[in-house]
Amino acid sequence: MPPSIDPMTPLVLSAYTLVTANGRGTGAVLDAILARRSGLKPCDFEDVTLKTYIGRVAGLEDFSLDHDLRPFDCRNNRLAWLGLQQDGFTVAVAEAKQRYGAHRIAVVMGTSTSGILETEHAYRARDPRTGALPAWYVSRYRYTHNMFSVGHFVRTCLGLEGPAMVVSTACSSSAKVFATAARLMRAGLCDAAVVGGADSLCHTTLYGFSALQLLSSDPCRPCDEDRDGLSLGEAAGYALLERVERAGGRGAVALLGYGESTDGYHMSHPHPEGAGAVRAIRDSLARAGIRPEAVEYVNLHGTATRANDEVEDKAVYSVFGARPACSSTKGWTGHTLGAAGVTEAIISALCLTKGLIPGTLNCRRVDPALQCRVVRDHQFGALSCVVSNIFGFGGNNCSLVLGKL
Amino acid sequence: MDVAIGGIGLLAPGLSGWRESRAVLAGDRPYQSTAVPSPEASVLPPNERRRSSDSVRWAVQVAQEAIEQSGLDPRDVPTVFASSGGEMSVFDQLCRALATEERRVSPTLFHQSVHNTAAGYWGIATTGQQSSTALSCYDDSFAAGLVEAVAMVREEQRPVLLVTYDLAVPAPLDEARPITEGFAAAFVLAPPARDSTVILRLRLEQAPAGGSACLPECLADEALERLRLNNPAARSLPLLCAVAAAVPRTVELAWLENQRLQLIIEPCRC
Repeated sequence: MPPSIDPMTPLVLSAYTLVTANGRGTGAVLDAILARRSGLKPCDFEDVTLKTYIGRVAGLEDFSLDHDLRPFDCRNNRLAWLGLQQDGFTVAVAEAKQRYGAHRIAVVMGTSTSGILETEHAYRARDPRTGALPAWYVSRYRYTHNMFSVGHFVRTCLGLEGPAMVVSTACSSSAKVFATAARLMRAGLCDAAVVGGADSLCHTTLYGFSALQLLSSDPCRPCDEDRDGLSLGEAAGYALLERVERAGGRGAVALLGYGESTDGYHMSHPHPEGAGAVRAIRDSLARAGIRPEAVEYVNLHGTATRANDEVEDKAVYSVFGARPACSSTKGWTGHTLGAAGVTEAIISALCLTKGLIPGTLNCRRVDPALQCRVVRDHQFGALSCVVSNIFGFGGNNCSLVLGKL
Repeated sequence: MDVAIGGIGLLAPGLSGWRESRAVLAGDRPYQSTAVPSPEASVLPPNERRRSSDSVRWAVQVAQEAIEQSGLDPRDVPTVFASSGGEMSVFDQLCRALATEERRVSPTLFHQSVHNTAAGYWGIATTGQQSSTALSCYDDSFAAGLVEAVAMVREEQRPVLLVTYDLAVPAPLDEARPITEGFAAAFVLAPPARDSTVILRLRLEQAPAGGSACLPECLADEALERLRLNNPAARSLPLLCAVAAAVPRTVELAWLENQRLQLIIEPCRC
């Protein structure tokens, strides 16, 4: 028997922001969702020749990080930087710094591939005689490819001095940052936390998912009967987490619960019955102190691979039945991997604020084998409680419960 | 925050297993660095072991050793895996393949490139379904992992397995990250109980401005101190030495430039 889980005290998302292929900032992302405008386009990333669609964030090639941030310059940190500039997020963090002190605000970031693109470039530029990597790369590995790079970068940009780490559990990375930050706050190690994720396009994931035969040659079609794989995307998103008594107004969006689990089954195939996924969802509800009936909308992981959508359907149905509306928003953003957790948490927050249950873009006919109530079209109405699922490689699962206070 | 240490695993040059290494770590026997044979990591199914990287086998080996000492069922124990670089040898192979004209990537190699590869293999080997966090904090990855694990013990009031590991980095990546010796250690951390043998008290403090030249965590043995400085996972050595010595001791771990972890180690004699 697993130990019983005590409900947690909600944590307010007192500021949040998001950059995806759909645009910069929550306004642009929400507009694209409402207009059913996908960010997916035929792959034009560097010299990649794969026949697939990608959710590339425009403009990352057109600027560089300068001055003190120069060592950090790489696609992943440029994306992280772009994310920080939106929705007044840095101002909100500066105000929090006044309230709590820089050393009392943690930074917990998620990424799966960090700045590996720099290493890929460096390997192409090896010295033909010695095989040595170029000097421009060697001195900057720490600030670009090392897994902590984006945590170091965000902490530096925001001038924060509290605890920091990067969680890297493949696709679940930036969902689990909410859980880690909640634990740090509960343990009194910080008073607030900047959580987020940044994951950018690279050859490793494009060719890697291609090798696994998981890339669709069309824009991904989550939950569609003819779905044939995922589309990769990139994104950066952040939330400032604070305690209710310091930041909670009526109607504020809050993290109500989280659940984490593993499949213990296979590195790249989900557990056939979704056992790990069920556990993550149930734990998230227990920590939120709510019953499944309280959940009105489930933002599915919904990658549009045959296996993921089928197994996730089993898991979600076994917990909720066919009552709550379910959809995947990956038709807009693509699968942003290590940033998927925060991408979909922020989209869920936007949905709560606007009373929107988003449809499933690119889903023409819902797979009749799926038992959950998958919605293709947008629905509007009061919304108070959402579950967001993220499942990743290594069988690493995380579910978040978000709601309005 | 207090936790009990209920099991330890260790693998490093000259430190093959926790029990075998206690006398050296306590300062009762001289430390001699010797090469480490590829660990058995016998809990891995043969297929997985054949496919797994060195870092997976090192991490799983110490995890297995710590769990066996604790007497716990690994399926009941959430895990935290802390590593600065994760699968550096897999990155080397992937980036070599991606630098060729064909860019043919092995699907197995790709799914082994994630930072939670070792955590995933441990889960598959033990069929565990508990939470598992894989994290990095560059040179301070052990400190960050320790905090995550202790916070999890405190939150959930049950044991958590912490594994820290970094392996020697292959050429040409070693120029960018000159780690020359492998190091892996594991700790089963649990809520303190009447029969606990070692209690670890964790305190987070702000580091004094400017930092100090020599932190008290420096080890007396020069070769062990070199190992500690060479490998981020070996930053766990001051804690390991203190537990081995079985006397009350306080050690400090740097965590980024402005935080410091104070570890107060108290052996119990009940």
